[in-house]
Amino acid sequence: MHGNANGLLLSGNHAVAHGVRLARPDVIPVYPITPQTPILEKITELQAEGQIAAELLTPESEHSAMSACISASLTGARVFTATSSQGLLLMHELLHYASGARASIVMCNVNRTPAAPWGFWPDQLDSLAQRDTGWIQLYSETPQESLDSVIQAFRVAETARIPVMISHDAFYVSHAVEPVDVPSQSLVDEFLPAFRSDIRLDTEIGRSFGAPNDQANWNRSRRELDASMQTVNDLVIDAGRDWGALTGRSYGPLEFYRTEDAEVVIVTMGSMCGTVRDAVDEMRDKGVAVGMLKVRLFRPLPVAALREALAGVPCALVLDRNYSPGTGGVLHQELKSALYGLAGAPRLHGLLTGVGGVNVAPGRIEQLVSEFSGKEPVVGPVWVE
Amino acid sequence: MTAHTAPAFKASDYKSDIKPVWCPGCGDYHVLLSVTRALAELGRRPEDVACISGIGCSSRIPAYVNCYGFHGVHGRSLPIGTGLKVARPDLTVLVAGGDGDGFSIGGNHFQHACRRNIDITYIVMDNRVYGMTKGQPSPTTEPDWDSALSPGGTGLSPFHPLVIALASGANFVARTFSGDPNRTTEVLVEAIKHPGFSFVQILSPCVTFRPDERGWKDVVHTAAVEETDDPARAARRIMTDDGFNIGILYRGNRAPYKLTGREATSDTDQLGEMFAI
Ligand SMILES: Cc1ncc(C[n+]2csc(CCOP(=O)(O)OP(=O)(O)O)c2C)c(N)n1
Ligand code: SF4
Repeated sequence: MHGNANGLLLSGNHAVAHGVRLARPDVIPVYPITPQTPILEKITELQAEGQIAAELLTPESEHSAMSACISASLTGARVFTATSSQGLLLMHELLHYASGARASIVMCNVNRTPAAPWGFWPDQLDSLAQRDTGWIQLYSETPQESLDSVIQAFRVAETARIPVMISHDAFYVSHAVEPVDVPSQSLVDEFLPAFRSDIRLDTEIGRSFGAPNDQANWNRSRRELDASMQTVNDLVIDAGRDWGALTGRSYGPLEFYRTEDAEVVIVTMGSMCGTVRDAVDEMRDKGVAVGMLKVRLFRPLPVAALREALAGVPCALVLDRNYSPGTGGVLHQELKSALYGLAGAPRLHGLLTGVGGVNVAPGRIEQLVSEFSGKEPVVGPVWVE
Repeated sequence: MTAHTAPAFKASDYKSDIKPVWCPGCGDYHVLLSVTRALAELGRRPEDVACISGIGCSSRIPAYVNCYGFHGVHGRSLPIGTGLKVARPDLTVLVAGGDGDGFSIGGNHFQHACRRNIDITYIVMDNRVYGMTKGQPSPTTEPDWDSALSPGGTGLSPFHPLVIALASGANFVARTFSGDPNRTTEVLVEAIKHPGFSFVQILSPCVTFRPDERGWKDVVHTAAVEETDDPARAARRIMTDDGFNIGILYRGNRAPYKLTGREATSDTDQLGEMFAI
């Protein structure tokens, strides 16, 4: 444990609530949905105890929750919300609006299968399907990372003026209880100063938001968003490094696990990374040159870093816990486009692994490595249960 | 009783073989019983009935009723029910769900369904709480209901669903109590028979997150006055009653939404032809 931190046994959702407490938000509009609800429950409890001073609003739907987030954020308030699956899908219209209006909202999404059929299982399609909405997207592997990422996310969102979505997998992260270092308030205050937005309600500025624009202005607003998006990778690097200096836990857009001299690199996101770590350790013990590349920052995708990391690696297996009908795994598609034209690009296999929350044990990952690493990749989706 | 006068259907004919997963003592069990009894009494064939819901504990009901069923998305049961009814006007369409589903996320649809006055019956199992997501207050929750998830109460004025239904144009408005299945069955029979949009609020305790609602059986009472066809009178009564007044409170004469367009049929031979590939 580092510095003046406090070790607690926390689920991923409760870790998020503590991250929110430490970030001192002003407004928190949330509508309940399984398996996000424990975030709302814990925030309610912390607020009742006087540990969170924010206005906690429980609107009549997620669409209303996100609407309230946008207007609250544009007054200059620090805003947090949380949702999952259907709730995120219902927000879709406002997700575009939030990024277009440059609202610095931070949201935690608990990755859960979308209906139909109904299910409550870990699957990342809900948030991956929002990849074009203009939100920064981070994927978290553990409760500790979720807490740490919430605090870092405010700094990134408020500097870039782009909303941030942190996703963690249903149950595997949201409900799994682990020891978590909860940093002190003074440490977090040092890392994350109060939000001073240049977009705010201020008589000196006198602004109206969201007015219809002509083509040229609309085009300009997208270019501005793009210019800010280009800064995000560095902001995530800075935030992760500064956080590491204070807590001993550093983060970046990508994480490399035993990839030195690897003949095979497994690329994945979220809780699957924990399973892959175990599998990598076992395979390394047997002399297999395998490593893992964890994608933490999915939007904007760290394309340059991915190209640098994978050039010269003979083979990469992308494990997707999601299925985009008609194409395959979303991360696989993204990797293919990121590596396009790269000299020495790996043979890139896209494997649909654990779609719908199906359990994938480390032993299964070992099998996949031996089954696919010598093969030529196929074009269509590959289902491996 | 001779054989040919025996009822064509029994309530059990409308029970599916799926075992409900509601908590023991949940009021929704008796709603299910009343729905199946009402359908038996009306003698509708199971294939002439469709039950549509949103999401929530109460919204699980279509799976438990032996008829066409559709478990939709949260808050959208009424638009789904409306689409079904315009495509197949011959079907008896029951739309069912909870107070969160119907008055929070689906609140706008509730008003527009009343206004459209299409011939469907909307059953809301009102337990004044979001049961499925473990106990958050809903639009019908009392402002001072103190719980871990609403410390000190919401302080918000509760919704008056029956009055909103009247103001929005519903043609039949009633309130019943799940713990009185005989009465609930009678009311459902009348609601289904009445043309246009019928709204039945069934007080249905959530024994898990609102154990206090077990006490409802002692406070519900029959409406002291006769039903009326005057919406203003009905509204005044409902606004001033104690919320536990049971009975048919309004039976209106508004012409239901007239379905134009395609002829519908329940003749299976004709349907077979229509859908032949
Ligand atoms: C878009 C969306 N948001 C949230 C949810 C989560 N959710 C499921 S049921 C429910 C509330 C249910 O309350 P109610 O309708 O009163 O039914 P009850 O469970 O009490 O019968 C909520 C918030 C969801 N399924 N979809
Ligand atoms: S939680 Fe409440 S509403 Fe849901 S099944 Fe249990 S008693 Fe019924």
